[in-house]
Amino acid sequence: MKILLTKWSAIAKDSINRAAIVAKFLCLLHVTNTYIFSPTLVYGPSMLPTLNLTGDVLLSEYVSHRLGKVGPGDVVLVQSPENPRKMITKRVVGMEGEVVSFLVDPGHSDRSRTVVVPKGHVWIQGDNIYASNDSRNFGPIPYGLIQGKVLCRVWPLDGFGSL
Amino acid sequence: MRTTSFIWDVCKSSFTFGLIGLTISDRFASVVHVRGLSMSPTFNPPNNSSLGLLTVNGPSTDDHVMVEKRCLTDYKFSHGDVIVFSSPRNYKEKQIKRITGLAGDWISVPFSYDAVRIPEGHCWVEGDNPTDSLDSRSFGPIPLGLIRGRVTHILWPPQRVQKIDRKLPRSGLTF
Repeated sequence: MKILLTKWSAIAKDSINRAAIVAKFLCLLHVTNTYIFSPTLVYGPSMLPTLNLTGDVLLSEYVSHRLGKVGPGDVVLVQSPENPRKMITKRVVGMEGEVVSFLVDPGHSDRSRTVVVPKGHVWIQGDNIYASNDSRNFGPIPYGLIQGKVLCRVWPLDGFGSL
Repeated sequence: MRTTSFIWDVCKSSFTFGLIGLTISDRFASVVHVRGLSMSPTFNPPNNSSLGLLTVNGPSTDDHVMVEKRCLTDYKFSHGDVIVFSSPRNYKEKQIKRITGLAGDWISVPFSYDAVRIPEGHCWVEGDNPTDSLDSRSFGPIPLGLIRGRVTHILWPPQRVQKIDRKLPRSGLTF
């Protein structure tokens, strides 16, 4: 009876140790993917010709936006203001206080509008202005919606390198 | 030799505990210190032991609340939820307010005949203490993506430990 108990306790201890290792690894994965960098798959026509239509794997880092180091010209990952569960990839065109001019309906008219970006907000636009739902439609977005900055493209391999 | 391995062990365990603590506070729940009077009397109620008209609300009476993060997986909020969100004017500040309107609701702007419709993916937040609260009446509806968690319980001071209920908004402001 005693031998059975010691055998069961040894198995239990061993399985707890292994579960602890898996839990620690998952925590490390979460912290790296949220606070340091991670690969991201993006697709869609709004950033042509910089990003492909069918999908690119990009390396994005999550340090700059927490330090406030995101500036105009950066490609960023943001949470869509229309659907918080959707992540979109766009380029930052203007920071708070800057004046942004844009074509209201490119391809159909020459009308343009000029807007001042309010405090705490950024103006994002897709590189493909003909097929992009961005700040020209939903207005400037709060800086707090920015989730990360794109560093370089990882896949497909012939496009490897910075954008 | 033994002290270096001891120090190394201490570093390893503190690093592990840091990782686990960070993951739990990001994905499950964390504790937040409530400052300011914009949510009085729900949080930081006025202190009645005072000299006449002067009320002292020092650090000894500030509430600490538990904020749950499971709601951030599907962003399903209801009217009356108390939420923590990044301020749209300054991403470094976090504010605590109550949701009084969700996407599709119409909010009447005070002192005007206008009505504002809350767009998709946004919500309207107001503090329980309308005289001392900087909320959606100043900066408009906020995107749900700014929300960082939902307040469920008050954890400190011990005599104020309680569950936070969903209070419906005052009638006359939404229709």
